[in-house]
Amino acid sequence: MTAAPALPQLPKAPTGIDGLDEITNGGLPQGRPTLLCGSAGCGKTLMSVEFLVRGIEEFDEPGVLMAFEETADELAANVTSLGFDLKQLVADKKLRLDHVHVDRSEIEETGEYDLEGLFIRLGYAIDSIGAKRVVLDTIESLFSGFSNQAVLRSEIRRLFRWLKDKGVTTIITAERGDGSLTRQGLEEYVSDCVILLDNRVINQITTRRLRIVKYRGSTHGTNEYPYLITEDGISVLPVTSLKLEHEVSNEVVSTGVPGLDEMFTRGGLYRGSSTLITGTAGTAKTTLAAAFAAEACRRGERCLYFAFEESPQQLMRNMRSVGLDLQPFVEQGLLHIEASRPTLNGLEQHLVTLHKLIGQFRPQAVVIDPISNLVSVGSITEVRGMLTRLIDYLKVQGITALFTALVSGRSANQEMTEEGVSSLVDTWIHVRDLEGIGERNRGVSILKARGMAHSNQVREFVVTHEGIRLLDVVIGPGGIVTGASRQTQFLQEQAVAVAAQQEIERRERELERKRRVLEATIANLRTEFESVEEELRRSNQEEEQRHQELSQARQQIAAGHNARPGNHSAAAPANS
Amino acid sequence: MDEETWELRLYVAGQTVKSVTALANLKKYCEEHLHGRYRLEVIDLMQHPQLAEGDQILAIPTLVRKVPSPIRKIIGDLSNQERVLVGLDIRPGLHK
Repeated sequence: MTAAPALPQLPKAPTGIDGLDEITNGGLPQGRPTLLCGSAGCGKTLMSVEFLVRGIEEFDEPGVLMAFEETADELAANVTSLGFDLKQLVADKKLRLDHVHVDRSEIEETGEYDLEGLFIRLGYAIDSIGAKRVVLDTIESLFSGFSNQAVLRSEIRRLFRWLKDKGVTTIITAERGDGSLTRQGLEEYVSDCVILLDNRVINQITTRRLRIVKYRGSTHGTNEYPYLITEDGISVLPVTSLKLEHEVSNEVVSTGVPGLDEMFTRGGLYRGSSTLITGTAGTAKTTLAAAFAAEACRRGERCLYFAFEESPQQLMRNMRSVGLDLQPFVEQGLLHIEASRPTLNGLEQHLVTLHKLIGQFRPQAVVIDPISNLVSVGSITEVRGMLTRLIDYLKVQGITALFTALVSGRSANQEMTEEGVSSLVDTWIHVRDLEGIGERNRGVSILKARGMAHSNQVREFVVTHEGIRLLDVVIGPGGIVTGASRQTQFLQEQAVAVAAQQEIERRERELERKRRVLEATIANLRTEFESVEEELRRSNQEEEQRHQELSQARQQIAAGHNARPGNHSAAAPANS
Repeated sequence: MDEETWELRLYVAGQTVKSVTALANLKKYCEEHLHGRYRLEVIDLMQHPQLAEGDQILAIPTLVRKVPSPIRKIIGDLSNQERVLVGLDIRPGLHK
C-alpha cells in the first residue's frame, strides 16, 4: 500500500451492495464477467438486479438485464418489494430488460447454426442505452433449449470473450450443481471472479452465506460471509470489520447503581465501551441492565433495550417493583424496548434488526438482555461471530453497550462467556448466588474492567423497592460475610460495642471518684498546712517580740542605768 | 385443402455461409411444396437488430413460421430436408 509508485490496480466496479464491496476490496472486476452461482432460493437474481439498480442509481452506469427465466413483468414485480422500480428505470432509458424465451418444443434443429442472434440482441440492448453493466440470468437455460452442446459451449465461450471485449461488467448467474459450482460447468468459462451463494438450514434456521471462490488479480475476503435479503436489498455482513481503529472516549458514565460505580476507580464505565453482566438465574441481571438503561435516560440519552425474554409491559411492571419506573422514559421517547423471541429469526436477521433499529433510533446506549438466549438460534461460534460484529458496530458508533448473559452451574467458568464474548467486552461484571446455610444472597464482583482499576471484592447487594443497593463489606472470621451471618456478625459487633461503651463509662466514673478522693486529700493537707503555718507564724511573732524586748533591754542597759526613760525611748521606735 | 398463405420469416446475420445456405435450401423447399402459397421475408439482424427480440431469436439462422399458427421455429442451415418439412408441418405428397 505504501509503495511509492503505485502499480495500477485492477479496475473494479463497485456493486453498491452493503458489505460486498468491502469483502471484494472495491467491487467486481470491471469490464469482466463474474459468475454468481448458488442453489435455488439464494437470491442470485436479486443480487444481480441490485447490482444493476445500484449501478444506475449510485454510479450512473446503465445496465442490461437479460432474463432467461422470468419475464420483464415478473422481474419488475418481484423486486418491487425492495423498492426497485424497474419500469421507471426502463422508461428513463437507464435499464433494459430483455426476456429470452427458450422452448425446445418450439424449435427444430436442422444443420449448422450459431447464437449470433443472442449476440445481436445483447449488443443492441447494450448500445441502445450505453450500458456498462450486464446481467445474464440464468444462461444455463440455454442448455435446455439447444441440443447441440458443442455449438452451445463454444458460443458461450465466445459470448464471454465478446462481453469482455465490449468492456461491460457482467454477472452471470448459474445454478449450483452436484459436486461442481455450476450444473453446466460454466465456471470453466468465467475465470475472473466466482462468487458462491449458499443457503443452509441448521437446526431449522436458515442462514444464507456468500463466499468468493476466486477473484483473479485481487485480494478478497476468503471467509464465508452471512448475508441477508432485507427490505432494502441484500446485505452482506463482514464477520468483523478489518481494522480496530475506532475512536475512544475518556468520559465515564454511571452504571445506574451508585455502589457499583464506586467499585470502579473512575466511578463508572467508559462511554462507548461494552459491558457484560453474567450470572445464574435470578441474580438480578435484568434489574442491573434496567438500572443502566434508566440511568442513561436520566442523563437525557436515548437507550435501546432489546429484550429477548420479556415483553416490554412485563419488563416495565417488574422493574416498577424495584423502584425503576421506565414508563416515563418510554413516553419521552428516550427508551425504546424491542422485545422479540430469539427463535423468531436467524442470527443474522437479528443482527440486521439491531443494525436497523440502531440506525433509526440513534441511541447512545444499547442493552441486550440476554445474549445467551441467542445460542438457541445458532451455535456458540456463530453467536460469537454475530456478537463480534455487533460489538464492533456499536464501538464504531460510540454506543455504550451492556449485555447480560445467563450462565448455568456454580462454576465461574462458563462456556458461553469463556469461548463467547468475554474477550470482546471491555468490562465484565459477574453476579452470583452466595449460598450459605439455608439462604441465598446475591453478590456482585468485577471480573475485568479494561482501562481502569476496580475493586476485587465480592460485594453483597440487595434488591429493594428503591432499586439495587450494595451493602458495606463485613468481614467475619471466615472472610466476607453475607445474609444472616452478616446480621449475626452485626449483632455481635453491636454487643461488643455496647460492652466497650460500658467499660469506658465505668472507667470514667472510677476516675471521677479518684479525683474526688484526691481533691479531698488535697483539702485536708491544705488545712493541715494552714494550721502548721499559723502556728509557725505565731511562734515567729513571739520569737520576734521576745527578740525586740531583749534588744530594748540591751539598749536600755547600754544607754544608762535609767530604766524608766530607756523604756520610753525604746518604746518610741517600736511604736513608730 | 387449406389455401392459407404461408408466412415465413428467415432471420440471418449478414451474408454468412450458413445464412446463404439456409436461404437457398428454404427457397428450394418452398418452391417444391408451397408454390404460390407462401410469402418469404428475410430479415438481416445486422441491419435491424431491434427485430431480434420480437421473435425471440437466439440462433442464426432461424426460420419462423408465422402463419399458419402455431408459430414454429427451425434453426440451422436447413440442410436436412426431412426435418425442415416436419418442423414446418408440410406434408409432402399432399400437394403433389
